[in-house]
Amino acid sequence: MADLRSEFLGIKSPNPFWLASAPPTDREVNVTRAFKAGWGGVVWKTLGEDPHIVNVNGPRYGAIHGPDRQLIGFNNIELITDRPLDVNLREIKAVKKAWPDRAIVVSLMVPCEEKSWKAILPLVEETGADGIELNFGCPHGMSERGMGSAVGQVPEYVEMVARWCKQHTRMPVIVKLTPNISDIRQPARAAKAGGADAVSLINTINSIMGVDLDTMAPNPPTDGKGTHGGYCGPAVKPIALNMVAEIARDPETAGLPISAIGGITTWRDAVDFMALGASNVQVCTAAMTYGFKIVEDMIEGLSAFMDEKGYSGIGDFVGAAVPNVTDWQYLNLNYVVKARIDQELCIKCGRCHIVCEDTSHQAITEVKNGVRYFDVKDEECVGCNLCASVCPVEGCIEMVQQTSGTDARTGKPIDNSYANWTTHPNNPQAASAAE
Amino acid sequence: MDKHRVSGVVAGRLTAREYQDNFADIHPPLSAHEALVEAQRCYFCHDAPCMNACPTKIDVPLFIRQIATANPKGAALTIFKQNIVGGMCARVCPTETLCEEVCVRNEAEEKPVRIGLLQRYATDALIESGEQKFARAAATGRQVAVVGAGPAGLACAHRLSMYGHDVTLFEAKDKLGGLNEYGLAAYKTPDDFAQREIEYILGIGGIEVRSGARLGENVSLDDLAKGHDAVFLGLGMGGVNALGIEGEDLDGVVDAIDYIAELRQTPDKSRLPVGRRIVVIGGGMTAVDIAVQTKRLGAEEVAMVYRRGAEQLKASGYEQELAQTSGVQIRLWSAPVRILGEGGKVAGVEFEYQSAGNGGGTGGTGESFVLPADQVFKAIGQKFLPACVGESGVALKGSRIAVDEERRTSVAKIWAGGDCVAGGEDLTVASVEDGKLAAESIHRSLTA
Repeated sequence: MADLRSEFLGIKSPNPFWLASAPPTDREVNVTRAFKAGWGGVVWKTLGEDPHIVNVNGPRYGAIHGPDRQLIGFNNIELITDRPLDVNLREIKAVKKAWPDRAIVVSLMVPCEEKSWKAILPLVEETGADGIELNFGCPHGMSERGMGSAVGQVPEYVEMVARWCKQHTRMPVIVKLTPNISDIRQPARAAKAGGADAVSLINTINSIMGVDLDTMAPNPPTDGKGTHGGYCGPAVKPIALNMVAEIARDPETAGLPISAIGGITTWRDAVDFMALGASNVQVCTAAMTYGFKIVEDMIEGLSAFMDEKGYSGIGDFVGAAVPNVTDWQYLNLNYVVKARIDQELCIKCGRCHIVCEDTSHQAITEVKNGVRYFDVKDEECVGCNLCASVCPVEGCIEMVQQTSGTDARTGKPIDNSYANWTTHPNNPQAASAAE
Repeated sequence: MDKHRVSGVVAGRLTAREYQDNFADIHPPLSAHEALVEAQRCYFCHDAPCMNACPTKIDVPLFIRQIATANPKGAALTIFKQNIVGGMCARVCPTETLCEEVCVRNEAEEKPVRIGLLQRYATDALIESGEQKFARAAATGRQVAVVGAGPAGLACAHRLSMYGHDVTLFEAKDKLGGLNEYGLAAYKTPDDFAQREIEYILGIGGIEVRSGARLGENVSLDDLAKGHDAVFLGLGMGGVNALGIEGEDLDGVVDAIDYIAELRQTPDKSRLPVGRRIVVIGGGMTAVDIAVQTKRLGAEEVAMVYRRGAEQLKASGYEQELAQTSGVQIRLWSAPVRILGEGGKVAGVEFEYQSAGNGGGTGGTGESFVLPADQVFKAIGQKFLPACVGESGVALKGSRIAVDEERRTSVAKIWAGGDCVAGGEDLTVASVEDGKLAAESIHRSLTA
């Protein structure tokens, strides 16, 4: 059986599944339940200065549902902890004492002044917590007060606060990044420049979940009005994956430890993030959707995956996919695929045909010998993957590489050598370089 | 004493609760949540097989998507545009041999989307809302007589009215609906649904109803043709086939369709006398309807006896299963020889075993058996009675009215559809399509 133990910045946990700083980690009772369920660690919900903040007394959450009301996207307008600082500190200390083998990192958000950070850090240190996470990410509410994403969107502030924290505590410092920014590498570089030990990402994405068409109020509404909240859940995973990969492959931040967050719902999601460079993962929405028990499936699934692949420890595959993330200009333009429809599996819904016909390349038949029959016309197929994407049957349509003969669409022989845009004759830059 | 075991034809065999349960909706409607989950199973197929399998070409993927997007009344409109009797069809269509049979979900998981129940969900939503979604076009001043207010006549009348023609709808019986009202098993369409749907259909306006008007008796086709710009005949089948065997006149030998009609028109089922031992002769939908319903009225033993084998049974697989799970015994390869009587009342039926003969027929084996019975139902098919079209010259094909693709008869200005025409499928939904096609053809001819 694979070894799932995780060590992140020297912080040990029995598995790499942590609960992210969020409602599930706001109180001792919840965190204790999480540890009993098997979670490897938690990032305690963000502490702030007293007097503690208040929350709205109406809905804090909004959701987007898929078929059968599966929760696909989730958002919240909840602020940082709304309990007194000393209550949280006391509970953190008690939980850490009761669960010494689990990771407890404390999320912090105080005004962007050195004295505020200098004041709170020793209080956290005294609890015995394993580290701190600087909440530079929350896009709602606190950002209006100059905190959260208002800091995370300014790389200079990120660097400055990270530096203060490194100066005033011995604890490892994780900087939590906001995705509400054009280039995620900038704040990551700033965090590293400020001496941060790691980054965690992504925090939530600014969002409005919908509109109540009777009251014309945005969802979730408070007395007829709504405000933007932080978007999370399965829908944000691809955005988070890209941002994690961007930091992992950026030469300036290469090797900076990453704790990944963003729609992680299954062990498979976790492996995706770890393959793209994350050392561990943090989960919130999945727990808020199903309860803490889902970690059992995550642990078992990861273990089975590692056994099957022959990985003995987590380090064996962290970052394994990073070398394969590249820029478009380096993709092999000689690589040719064609869609292949498995007629045994085909249920003849015709979706591949109609989407190709209406919106793409007219490359799939509709009828053969007078009966419904969906097959690929190689002379039209550009290998775009649309048909496979919309096919309701797993594995029915696959994109198969052409390794010999001629591409029926272009009439050109299949060339198994590598050639990319940088040298392509249609590239003006390539042409001028050759002259 | 258990009233199940009282011999003879008596009423009140069951408790009030049993009657209520036995004649409750056989397919309870989907709840909003169930409908949403089911609707989300639809793949929105291209050129959907379900749509093509529907005789009225309802755009099934579109209406299911409208349910999934919280627009059930819009879904109903999609249905009604193609099939104005879509509420009843949702209840009585043999979907397992039409739309649901070809659902692509069968390929992957052998579980089609429950199209019939979704259609009911949508149509119920609109009918219950009372919102009239159809409006008449500007009046054309043209007059059309529609004879017969069954599914074909209703569909024809509605579409003609939609186009602005003035319709007079003639019906022989007191109530409109034809077999929707007088045929069909009661548990398929409880709560007076047939009349509620008709009310919605007539809600478009422009349709004047004349009930008690029987063609060939107090109304003549010639007069109708003279007094109108066009005539549509949706006459159904007025006669029943006879067994032609000894004992057919005995007390207790009943035409199944008469009893089914009486059952539909009797709200208190405990007032319906029914035998202890029932023999049903026939193998179609009517045979199943009478067999299951008499069982549900408390008959102790019901045997449905068919001359040929399981493969030739006209009742669908679902109907056969319903009969069997209701406790009806299905006996095959047995033809009635004579009906036995005692004191003028039926006492049993003698059958002779059959074997498949050449050319699809059957032949007796010489071996026979007797089933005791105090009530015998004949369900061996109905027939069109051509006398009602009189001297009009409307040509027949076989024993029914001959029509072309547009449902035109051999006589100008006269169209026909539904069970009275040759080549039909004897399905409610097919009759609706006939009425619709005829209305389109009439409209074209009146506006040419």
